[in-house]
Amino acid sequence: MVNLTTQIGNLKLKNPVLTASGTFGYGVEFADFIDLSRLGGIVVKAVTGKNREGNPYPRMAETPSGMLNSVGLQNKGVDHFVKEIYPAIKDLNTCLIVNVSGSTIEEYVEVAEKINELEKIPAIELNISCPNVKHGGMAFGTVAASASEVTAAVRAVYNKDLIVKLSPNVTSIADIAKAVADGGADSLSLINTLLGMAIDINRQRPVLATITGGLSGPAIKPVALRMVWQVHKAVNIPIIGLGGIMNANDAIEFLLAGASAIQVGTANFIDPAVTMKILEGIEAYMRLYKIQSVKDLVGALKNE
Amino acid sequence: MAARKFIHDFVVRKNIRLNPRHFVLELTPPEKLPAIFPGQFVQVLVEDTGSTFLRRPFSIHFIDHSSNLLKLMIQIKGEGTRKLSRLMEGDRINLIYPLGNSFILESISPVLLIGGGCGVAPLLFLAQQFNLRDIRPTILIGGKTKKDLLDVEEYMKLGDVLISTEDGSDGEKGLVTEHSILKTGISAFNKIYTCGPESMMKKIAEITGKAGVDCEVSLENTMACGFGVCLCCVTPTVHGNERVCVEGPVFNTKELRW
Ligand SMILES: Cc1cc2nc3c(=O)[nH]c(=O)nc-3n(C[C@H](O)[C@H](O)[C@H](O)COP(=O)(O)OP(=O)(O)OC[C@H]3O[C@@H](n4cnc5c(N)ncnc54)[C@H](O)[C@@H]3O)c2cc1C
Ligand SMILES: Cc1cc2nc3c(=O)[nH]c(=O)nc-3n(C[C@H](O)[C@H](O)[C@H](O)COP(=O)(O)O)c2cc1C
Repeated sequence: MVNLTTQIGNLKLKNPVLTASGTFGYGVEFADFIDLSRLGGIVVKAVTGKNREGNPYPRMAETPSGMLNSVGLQNKGVDHFVKEIYPAIKDLNTCLIVNVSGSTIEEYVEVAEKINELEKIPAIELNISCPNVKHGGMAFGTVAASASEVTAAVRAVYNKDLIVKLSPNVTSIADIAKAVADGGADSLSLINTLLGMAIDINRQRPVLATITGGLSGPAIKPVALRMVWQVHKAVNIPIIGLGGIMNANDAIEFLLAGASAIQVGTANFIDPAVTMKILEGIEAYMRLYKIQSVKDLVGALKNE
Repeated sequence: MAARKFIHDFVVRKNIRLNPRHFVLELTPPEKLPAIFPGQFVQVLVEDTGSTFLRRPFSIHFIDHSSNLLKLMIQIKGEGTRKLSRLMEGDRINLIYPLGNSFILESISPVLLIGGGCGVAPLLFLAQQFNLRDIRPTILIGGKTKKDLLDVEEYMKLGDVLISTEDGSDGEKGLVTEHSILKTGISAFNKIYTCGPESMMKKIAEITGKAGVDCEVSLENTMACGFGVCLCCVTPTVHGNERVCVEGPVFNTKELRW
């Protein structure tokens, strides 16, 4: 038997396979396809202070080996989450992490405080990296000082596990990672989507209503992997790696580069059962190479 | 709670070419088809070629429980549908199904079904369901030319078919939205059901709105997942932005703010 458990800060996960925010709903949408309790964890979709209608349609453009989205944090707000959604998901028997988003430090703090009260939510993922809202998230995540500031403000009110999700739309991901670690993050997740664009040449117009959007899927995997590796060298807190993971081999690359766990995002759209295949693939790989524990894989990249 | 969804490898029984740009796929799943309702759709996996990364959504054209067949009527638009057009008998394709809501069947005759181009796809299944309730719908089918009218004989078996073509090569000449039934006979119908290009559906919504006739449209917004998690395919409604893949694809025009 291989040991699939992994640790992210104080979070003990049954295995390293989590799902990425905004790509897995609240988990229950996948109950027909997989046994949710076999997941290492679920990061539910973004929760903001108030109801948000998100951006206008069209919000999606398919691109080579990937897609652009400009959903813009559509959700019904934190009070609705606490009252209506939390009761329906709290007993899913996997680690539930809430993706906390906002436009101002006060909004992040307000949401974090309310989620802090929920017994079955052991962690939040602070989304300081959403490219799809004006004055939102990404502005915090692209400057070290503000990334650190919002992290510290949430840290002051949130006493469970604090994961901060980083934007790849920066010059030096390592500098941002260090600033966020100094701000009090327990761990980091990376990457969010890369800012991109698509044009409909027949209409001579942008495909997305917002003109630009966030690129996800296998197209971004090499960038994500490079960033995880750089951040792993730069900070001492655990990393959750994501960006374009489609199969177990992709996931193992992230673990070797230094991620203690991984998230699966866009791949869920194409195969809603892909997380189970990734989990089984990691297990098979460990048996093949006689690796006892996932922990022995993390950052095990040889570079001589 | 919504009905259970499945992911299955279907076997291609037939791939029938209707004209150079349209074909019908007849597919069987590995087990008995579950309950499926007209207006629902499937998400088809097209092998990733780099440019066909996401699944492709298609309305369910017809369900034949006795021979366990699910049919899709598809227009060749780009790389994904071109690949599907080359499927051969015995090939396998992966579907997530059944997805979305369905048309609400009025139990009082007469009803009118309006399809433009490949928008007729879900209306065959709908017409058959009406037949099961002893209602023979009127079906208005529009196309650019006679050659673009799809499988009209099949529709004739289930309803009274009216035709319009833009060049007048069959039926009335003009756009489907200009057909005389929409000018003179519209208020006689208890309900109108339509699927086709968005501009056509908007025009029909306007006409039925003015006439005070209930109308359901089936939207085809571009979507990524198809089962409610990505929030990409939303349309504005009186309830805010709603997902075409879950709260739709069928909407009553009274609900839409499009
Ligand atoms: C709920 C639903 C039901 C549908 N039912 C049917 C059906 O029964 N039969 C059928 O032939 N098609 C149907 N469609 C449309 C079908 O999904 C697209 O035509 C198909 O995905 C195109 O794939 P492709 O790879 O061939 O073309 P692509 O290369 O992806 O696209 C070719 C061109 O078509 C445009 N396009 C792609 N998808 C859409 C869309 N959803 N709406 C408008 N323009 C689009 C693209 O912008 C591009 O210009 C349905 C769509 C939805 C959302
Ligand atoms: C449709 C869509 C919605 C998303 N919504 C969110 C979100 O609300 N919060 C967030 O932190 N990330 C969001 N993301 C980003 C993903 O969680 C993930 O970081 C990114 O897609 C890269 O991973 P992937 O390539 O595996 O999808 C979203 C991505 C997609 C495709």
